[in-house]
Amino acid sequence: MGRTLAEKVWDEHVVRSADGEPDLLYIDLHLVHEVTSPQAFDGLRLAGRPVRRPELTLATEDHNIPTTDLDKPIADLVSRTQVETLRRNCEEFGVNLYPMGDLDQGIVHVVGPQLGLTQPGMTVVCGDSHTSTHGAFGSVAFGIGTSEVEHVLATQTLQQKRPRTMAVNVVGDLPEGSTAKDLVLALITQETTGGGQGYVVEYRGDAIRALSMEARMTICNMSIEWGAKAGLIAPDQTTYDYLEGRPHAPEGADWDAAVAHWDSLVTDDDAVFDREIVLDASTLTPFVTWGTNPGQGAPLSANVPDPASFEDDNERVAAERALEYMGLTAGTPLRDIAVDTVFVGSCTNGRIEDLRVAASLIEGRHVAESTRMLVVPGSVRVRLQAEQEGLDVIFKEAGAEWRGAGCSMCLGMNPDQLTPGERSASTSNRNFEGRQGKGGRTHLVSPQVAVATGVLGHLASPADLPATANA
Amino acid sequence: MDSFTRHTGVGMPLRRSNVDTDQIIPAVYLKRVTRTGFEDGLFAAWRTDPSFVLNQPAYAQASVLVAGPDFGTGSSREHAVWALQNYGFKVVVAPRFGDIFRGNSAKAGLLAAQVDDKTVSALWDLMDAEPGTEISIDLVERTVSAGSGVDRVEDSFDIDDYTRWRLLEGLDDIAITLSHGADVDAFERTRPSYMPITTV
Ligand code: SF4
Repeated sequence: MGRTLAEKVWDEHVVRSADGEPDLLYIDLHLVHEVTSPQAFDGLRLAGRPVRRPELTLATEDHNIPTTDLDKPIADLVSRTQVETLRRNCEEFGVNLYPMGDLDQGIVHVVGPQLGLTQPGMTVVCGDSHTSTHGAFGSVAFGIGTSEVEHVLATQTLQQKRPRTMAVNVVGDLPEGSTAKDLVLALITQETTGGGQGYVVEYRGDAIRALSMEARMTICNMSIEWGAKAGLIAPDQTTYDYLEGRPHAPEGADWDAAVAHWDSLVTDDDAVFDREIVLDASTLTPFVTWGTNPGQGAPLSANVPDPASFEDDNERVAAERALEYMGLTAGTPLRDIAVDTVFVGSCTNGRIEDLRVAASLIEGRHVAESTRMLVVPGSVRVRLQAEQEGLDVIFKEAGAEWRGAGCSMCLGMNPDQLTPGERSASTSNRNFEGRQGKGGRTHLVSPQVAVATGVLGHLASPADLPATANA
Repeated sequence: MDSFTRHTGVGMPLRRSNVDTDQIIPAVYLKRVTRTGFEDGLFAAWRTDPSFVLNQPAYAQASVLVAGPDFGTGSSREHAVWALQNYGFKVVVAPRFGDIFRGNSAKAGLLAAQVDDKTVSALWDLMDAEPGTEISIDLVERTVSAGSGVDRVEDSFDIDDYTRWRLLEGLDDIAITLSHGADVDAFERTRPSYMPITTV
């Protein structure tokens, strides 16, 4: 019987398997950041263990990094301690670190792919749930806890139970004006936040094949938001074109050998998934969330739902609670919801392609009087590339704030936070209560919807924007 | 990790059920960057009460915690286990444990011994009658015992075979994996040369 893509990658990494035991899985790339690593390094220190393969480990600073006043020390003491601890640990254990101020610093899930370190057929882990992003290259990539971080540091392996596999078969083409973000938000609403639990999910179909690498990363990034352990997409020419020439991509004969292998990384025709689901892309329109989990979403053209319309008791109660927290009334058209802050950034939508789209939409327009807009590049290189293309000027002329690279308002560990009751349209991945700041209210959106919302001051899509002089 | 065969130490009664990990150590204590020092956050909210059992001199050296059912439910924070260990606890005895807490305990070398409600009540009574009473835990025989004469409490406890083996051998996950080092070495030799490294 044939095997799925995920099973092939998994099998290639099993160091050891025994009945009744989890597989011992080799890890090709271990990404590290300041929040989930300190106790892991301390554990190594207590046990007198070294890092087994520092050259398969890469650290960067992202969660706590301020996006303004980059030349000054980090003001928040806890943030500063975490960052300084990471620096000391990397120094002591010989791990390559891209700290604040380095050209290669940025959100860990933006940095790996941009350096060409994330490649097809690899196993990639990080102490961060959005590690699933790297699956866009056809690798098995997932988030781990701090004691697992320690385990990988010490052994370059993980004890893992073989996961089940699921196919998401996307049928039809994504219509003009709809994006990968809309697709994944619609999928999560369809499947709810627990629908993918226990599965490694493969996204398939022509609509997926048609997507750029950036868009594929957006989709794989949010796999965790519907509970999946990992999400992946088979590599193809789009993947190779993205990778070729990047600093850590193979070269010459190595490149040819790699591609020959990568070409085999597809799900066999006779492979059987443990579960298959279908998503129709052809009917998708811009999608936004109205609630406090990523599965509480609706097309932008819809109204805030009536909790009574949910048949499931838990969902009804959750909807009631969400509307109360979000300060929304059932039946209000989503387009009528006024927004205070627009955040463009994060490992979901903080890559250069996202910024290009956002800039092209906002060019010749202006952020609404009552709204502030933050544009936070996912990495220093994304920022520099954008500045080279003049995107920063476009954003600033439109009244948006142009910031340094990091996680920023995705989770509000740095000073970029919502105040209680403040409402945002955010291109990030989580709308949990308080995620962007205590009492903050988050609507998850695509970069396109974010910009249109920023210009009009209420949830909107590009189609709602009046024409500009240069359009 | 140290191996665990037998332990005898002062018991501490915690007459509460559903002690979740937020009560074991509140979130504000999680900002630390080490694996040590969490004892100051242990049961932080309750410790402000001078009559709380942890504040009693008789229990200053306690190393066996005897708690009510559903100990360690709630968030998955491993810090809850570290806080208990940093304080000096080697064993928690309770009628039922939160699943994740039980798993985290096994990983870190804290023995979570599951006994009957009745045994917990008997141990509580014994400790209340004589604060500072020692409790013995024998992992080889899977027994917990305390007191003497008519007041003696003795019972067997439940623990799965795999966890028991690990504790007896003093093996954490990493030590177990390191014992398969030859397999990892062999695997590494087969990795293709085009696989990337992070250094330049
Ligand atoms: S951008 Fe947000 S989701 Fe991504 S790694 Fe940072 S905090 Fe996590």
